[in-house]
Amino acid sequence: MTDPLSRRAFLGRSALIGCSLAASPLLTPVTFASAPGDNRLVVIVLRGGMDGLDVVRPLGDPNYAALRAMAEPEADPPVDLDGFFAMHPKLRVLEPLWKDGDLGFVHAVSTPYRDKRSHFDGQDVLEAGITDLSQGLTRDGWLNRMLQHYPGAGTETAFALGRDPMTVMTGDAPVSRWTPEADLALSPQALRLAEVVMAEDPLFASTFAQSVALAGGDGDPVEFTGGADEMMSMMQADQRASRGVALETRIASFAAQRLRADTRIAAFSINGWDTHERQDRSLPRALGRLAEVILTLKSELRGPVWKKTAIVAMTEFGRTARLNGTTGTDHGTGGAMVLAGGAIRGGRVVADWPGLAEADLYDRRDLMPTRDLRAHTGWLLRGLYGLNRDLIETTVFPGAELGDDPGLLL
Amino acid sequence: MKFDPVLADIRFGCGLSPRVGPPGASQAILDSLDAPDRVARTFPIEPFETFLIRMQERQRLSKIRRAQRGTPEAEAARKAIKVLNKTARIDQATWMGQHILRRTWTDAPFRERLTFFWGDHFTAAGKAGLIRRATSPYFESAIRPNIAGRFEDLLIAAVTHPLMVHYLDQDSSIGPSSEMAAKRGKAAGLNENLAREVLELHTLGADGPYTQADVRQLAELLTGLTLNFQTGTHFRKPFAEPGAETVLGKSYGGDNPNLGDIRAVLRDLARHPSTARHLARKLAVHFVSDSPDPDLVAALERSYRDTGGDLKALYATLLDHPGAWRPEGGNVKQPFDFIASACRALALPRTAFDGMKENRFRTLVIRPLGLMGHIWEKPDGPDGLDEADTAWVTPQGLAARLQWAVTVPQLLLPDLPDPRDFAQTALGPRASPPVRFAAEAAESRWEGIGLILASPAFQRM
Repeated sequence: MTDPLSRRAFLGRSALIGCSLAASPLLTPVTFASAPGDNRLVVIVLRGGMDGLDVVRPLGDPNYAALRAMAEPEADPPVDLDGFFAMHPKLRVLEPLWKDGDLGFVHAVSTPYRDKRSHFDGQDVLEAGITDLSQGLTRDGWLNRMLQHYPGAGTETAFALGRDPMTVMTGDAPVSRWTPEADLALSPQALRLAEVVMAEDPLFASTFAQSVALAGGDGDPVEFTGGADEMMSMMQADQRASRGVALETRIASFAAQRLRADTRIAAFSINGWDTHERQDRSLPRALGRLAEVILTLKSELRGPVWKKTAIVAMTEFGRTARLNGTTGTDHGTGGAMVLAGGAIRGGRVVADWPGLAEADLYDRRDLMPTRDLRAHTGWLLRGLYGLNRDLIETTVFPGAELGDDPGLLL
Repeated sequence: MKFDPVLADIRFGCGLSPRVGPPGASQAILDSLDAPDRVARTFPIEPFETFLIRMQERQRLSKIRRAQRGTPEAEAARKAIKVLNKTARIDQATWMGQHILRRTWTDAPFRERLTFFWGDHFTAAGKAGLIRRATSPYFESAIRPNIAGRFEDLLIAAVTHPLMVHYLDQDSSIGPSSEMAAKRGKAAGLNENLAREVLELHTLGADGPYTQADVRQLAELLTGLTLNFQTGTHFRKPFAEPGAETVLGKSYGGDNPNLGDIRAVLRDLARHPSTARHLARKLAVHFVSDSPDPDLVAALERSYRDTGGDLKALYATLLDHPGAWRPEGGNVKQPFDFIASACRALALPRTAFDGMKENRFRTLVIRPLGLMGHIWEKPDGPDGLDEADTAWVTPQGLAARLQWAVTVPQLLLPDLPDPRDFAQTALGPRASPPVRFAAEAAESRWEGIGLILASPAFQRM
């Protein structure tokens, strides 16, 4: 059930923010954010379907080796976690976090989405946090519905980062958006003149002040003295970054900077998990980006804030248990979640392991999901922000059953 | 507050142009909808019927690939599919360029705006593979020819179109008592997606007088509506729920389900008073303001109801109403309107995109549009683009507009105009002293042009 008081308090506050913002164009965004809680949550959507069985390998399962027999052995061995599971060698850089209890995994989980295995629908279900699509899609994401019950949320409390729409964050609660590709680079003179021109319209003036503040805070300055050609090459470089390692890292860096200030929740995606072919080549690329993001967040959040941070990475579905004919994997069902941060109780793989014998597989082809990933996520929200169970099961994740506390947080 | 040629060109057209003069009267705007669609011939976009041939070819190649796994034929088919996909991806970018050039050069700009308005009202897009590239062909075949007739014909063309049927999962919706359900058992089921959106988005509106039971009944009535790559829209009787369904108290269909039943319910929904109210408000919000004159909305609603959804009469009401001509508080241009109106003001050459590599076009147009918040032909949901100004004037969106305005025009044009003249070209009497000052004081031509295009006066309609 919704708590009517906090709902009303929230609405009142956001209306107030709207007015004051429109009225005072010189206000910088940092001024009006206030969030009572200290805990931070970073949600990373891994688009394309991460192969949980390759990322967190159940080497102790007697059937694993046969399912994943590669033509040639890997040069780099996997990193043993607990004697049963081992992580992909590309994640070796995260081993110190595992040892410190700042990295953990949840295995054999999925959303309630089944059978059709479409990225499009799978991501819709994941981000909407709903049970199925038979009623059509809701138009908001679970993180936004959660925000509507976050006491004292301001416009800077939540940030959706990057160019993807981030449906998970879409909805009635105010959310800030930024992508480091959206750069502003103007000569000092043009910047002054832009302020003069924008001043004619309050909406444009106040928004432009925020543009300049955000663009100045993402690593390269707004003021720029160069010719048209240099500006074009900068624009191309900003766009190129969107396809390489750099963009995710820049996003993580920007997120860290905001999370150190007034932001409490950030969401963005890492793409490239749809490994149908030559998974030994394609998966390490995506994992490298994920590892880089986690390390960037750790180093830039610095000690005290990192201690209060939980990072959760989730994907629309796992992949087939068996390798296919092109040494890749196809769309499957059960998969894994990655948890990191100083706030989580890491150093373990949380799983009710279903086994990999053919009869244990979902549809005799995919890892059997033994729990709804919304339950784990719901417990994270409950632990970080004190949301009550009823609210989570009816509003944030309608139809989800939280069940027992998996104890993901310290 | 009455007809004003400059405001007409900005608010109901594609912006001011140094080459094509503004309309002389409301009647001229209406008449332009009856004139031959010259600009569509000059800058062609593939009709959906032609696009289907690509889908047939793709289907044929996939069959070879599956049937002859491991053979050289299968390998050749795989490669051919790759080429097919790549060609379609490049064509999708080309068609976007054609949309921009149509807006730059047309003397019937209201047609372009209406095509996008209705195309967005009936948002549809392919979800995977080749069909992701089919949105512009859908606009060309289902939307553009139907924008000035009766709403019910537009509704039927859009809702029964293969792209919509695919986008809203109608192709997999199977009547619970149908022949196919008996065959497939539990795996088969009804999908309410299209039925819900027809009621909520396309006709009555979210606050319309329908219940969950109406959604379900309409979903059952829609079963059988599917697509194939040979004919496009295709009625599959084995999917259809037998017997009659009751939608908003009226019974449709019977023992012999067919497309006629579906057309009948769509015609009735199109003529419903709630549809009149929903569309009247949406049209006023889109073309005039986020909070339009209530009297304007009421006049539109009356016009729609009195004429049974005659769209041309509806547009005439819009253009004749004083509430449509208030100069203040106009909408902020959506990102595509912004880019295309900038190209029109700059008189972008007809050949500007000829021979341009796809990747450069992406850098100059498609990606910046995405940063402004509009991911081209990849909608967030069936409700399409946001109508609220605040959805577009965001820190990121505004930064992207300014950056595009100072950077890209010089890369598209051989010579930029003098900013002092351009302020007049792009804004006419709207060029305020601060904008003229910025145009004059800018250190370079391209910054001057950029500041004019990024000014609120240019960004509002």
